[in-house]
Amino acid sequence: MEAIRAFHHVVDDPLKYLEGVSLRKKAVGYCCSYTPEEVIHAAGLHPFRLFGLSPDTGVADGHLQSYCCSLVRGVLSDVLTGRLDTLSGAVFPHTCDTIQRLSDIWRMNTKFPFFADVVLPVKLDTPSAREYFEEVLAKFRADLEKGFGVSVTDASLKGSIKLYNLIRTSLRKIFELRSASPGLISGAELNKVAMGAMILERETAASMLADLADELGRLPAPSPAGRKRVMLVGSLCSQPDIHAILEKAGADAVWDDLCTGSRYFDGLVREDGDPLTAIAERYYSRIICPAKHSSLTARGENLLKSVDTHRVEGVVFLMLKFCDPHAFDYPYLKGFLDGRGVPSTLLEIEGQLPPEGQLLTRFETFVQML
Amino acid sequence: MSAPEKEKKRSFRSAKRMRDIMTEYYINAKTAPQTGKKVAWITSGGPVEPLIVMDVIPVYPENYGAMIGASHMGGDLCAKAEAMGYSPDLCSYARADIAAAVENGGPIGGLPRPDMLICCNNICGTVLKWYEVQARYFGVPLFILDTPFCHTEFPDQARKYVRRQFDEYIAFLETACGRPFDEEKSLEVGRLSIEGQKLWKAVLDATAHKPAPITAFDAFFFLALIVTLRGTQVAVDFYRDLLQEINERINDGVFALENEKYRILWDNLPIWYRLKWLSDTFASHGACLVADTYTTAWCGSMKYIDENNFFESIVEAYTRIYLNIGVDEMVKTVFEMIDKYQVDGLVIHSNRSCKPYSFGQYDIEKMVREVKGIPTMTIESHMTDERSFSESATKTRIDAFMEIIKARKG
Repeated sequence: MEAIRAFHHVVDDPLKYLEGVSLRKKAVGYCCSYTPEEVIHAAGLHPFRLFGLSPDTGVADGHLQSYCCSLVRGVLSDVLTGRLDTLSGAVFPHTCDTIQRLSDIWRMNTKFPFFADVVLPVKLDTPSAREYFEEVLAKFRADLEKGFGVSVTDASLKGSIKLYNLIRTSLRKIFELRSASPGLISGAELNKVAMGAMILERETAASMLADLADELGRLPAPSPAGRKRVMLVGSLCSQPDIHAILEKAGADAVWDDLCTGSRYFDGLVREDGDPLTAIAERYYSRIICPAKHSSLTARGENLLKSVDTHRVEGVVFLMLKFCDPHAFDYPYLKGFLDGRGVPSTLLEIEGQLPPEGQLLTRFETFVQML
Repeated sequence: MSAPEKEKKRSFRSAKRMRDIMTEYYINAKTAPQTGKKVAWITSGGPVEPLIVMDVIPVYPENYGAMIGASHMGGDLCAKAEAMGYSPDLCSYARADIAAAVENGGPIGGLPRPDMLICCNNICGTVLKWYEVQARYFGVPLFILDTPFCHTEFPDQARKYVRRQFDEYIAFLETACGRPFDEEKSLEVGRLSIEGQKLWKAVLDATAHKPAPITAFDAFFFLALIVTLRGTQVAVDFYRDLLQEINERINDGVFALENEKYRILWDNLPIWYRLKWLSDTFASHGACLVADTYTTAWCGSMKYIDENNFFESIVEAYTRIYLNIGVDEMVKTVFEMIDKYQVDGLVIHSNRSCKPYSFGQYDIEKMVREVKGIPTMTIESHMTDERSFSESATKTRIDAFMEIIKARKG
């Protein structure tokens, strides 16, 4: 499908795309779904998601121990080998202990014109945390204005909010269409669409996603019999091949709780009122990442809700090895699923995927249980 | 003084006193249901003073983690947590505590059940997840004191946010205890907290003396009271006595090592199940671990504390602790310690259990070599899970490291 090929293109070589974009506008790298992208975009900049996909991560060994996750190792390698030289800078929201230290190591070992820590609150459920959240956004806005010599007006923020709402609406629609008819496009294609939306210039992404949503909505909805419906839960999925292997084993990932999926597009920003307040509010209601706190069981409840809504028969926990926040939540989330009789399996990934044959056998065994 | 006499004097009379105090403390905590006192579990970097004011018994799972490690019970408990689904890559304190809570495990048969949980994330994000686990397990209220990370600065927004949370903390305690916060008592607790920290600092400063009267291994042991009983007269009295004992040793010429030749700085938490072995191994080379970055954390924020305005100034002191600052800020402390204690080498404990303490260590190591020109070495472990430790590989590395120091210094 032509509409999808363009997404493939940028995901297959995001750094090449970055080079092209950076000739037109300044790009700011980020690696967390709590990055307030609207503010970056409103400053006339291009928010560029860092996935750390380059295979050689040796240079990171000089800065990070072997027990650091492959995402952070990959991002650090990319920047230290000069592959991200076309960036104008980076922004690090407070995510986990590891990304916090990545921020330090990045700041101390690189020389980009711009750098910002956006130290958001860790809890999102109290009035003082929310007040602080908005103040941090205001500080970030001022940092961008100062760093790039631009003015981030309320009007430009509102324009960016509208654009991001379009992106999120289209992504949700595409994910929901596929949940209804998994045969529409493959999981790998969907994965690339979501990742591509974080790499492409957002105006381009918004129109491509809207076109794709329309096109998919018009297609006949195939529903092959005998296939199982599963959900992926974890930090991120930057390896679309997982889907192909899962599909070969007879199951489709029809929904997810990932920052390359539902956590990215969940919730819209109110388009009236103060734009920074509105941006902050979305994060209070959005599905949380385990590095944040909203309630003791928010993620478990959301998981069961998704299981019901999307008629999920089994869950694959996709764990990035050494990702502490997700590893801590796994037993409790599994407990929620066990309580409802939903089978689950844990797949731990470090850098590259396990050999296909091995992974296929694991998935086949799991799918047979469903 | 003859050699055997000196050897006898080298064991601390304060050590017995501390064991007695800790035993009494744990008995009080374990019998809280009979005495009607409330028990709060609190993170090691958390503000304990408001609990002392409210007469709530603070209990530290991290202190218990150290005890579990020192008793060589960490491997077994961690394995049990892994059977519950927790990854072996997670913090070994957290794994050991999660399993110990379920089966009343560890050296004192489990910690007393908490009435509330106080989690301050100034030491890591792990405590947030760990305390969420325990809040679900025990079904008790959880208060989170969220201290924004201060990479290079402490912005006004963060100050205001933490300040407001101290009010929320006190309101939380008033609700949990059903009585108002005693402002008058808080002044006394604040005074005792400062005095305790000053004495603790004086204890650690004493190792600047050459040869050192105590080692970092002793500091790891004597640390327990400044963590658990900060803000009490007991802690103040104890550290005053300990300081006196240390000064007596200096006067009597009784030092940690019979023949101190080299002085070492330790970075990160201790390896609890190999304290003695590490101490002996370094001592066999005439090397004394004179200081560490870990135990200084309990007096390292004193520069932010205003004695006349304790409960206002601890907002900054609790937020800007050693683990809640950027790597380039941390290295300044390391440099200061290298100079102050006149060390010949830096031992970096790369602690798989503590990512915020360990990531960035390689950058620190590089700067220490470049700026201070002293040798460094790395030892890897999980601080309280003895299954992860390789004694023979570590011994080889220590020997090689000491050879470099000897060649340099003679």
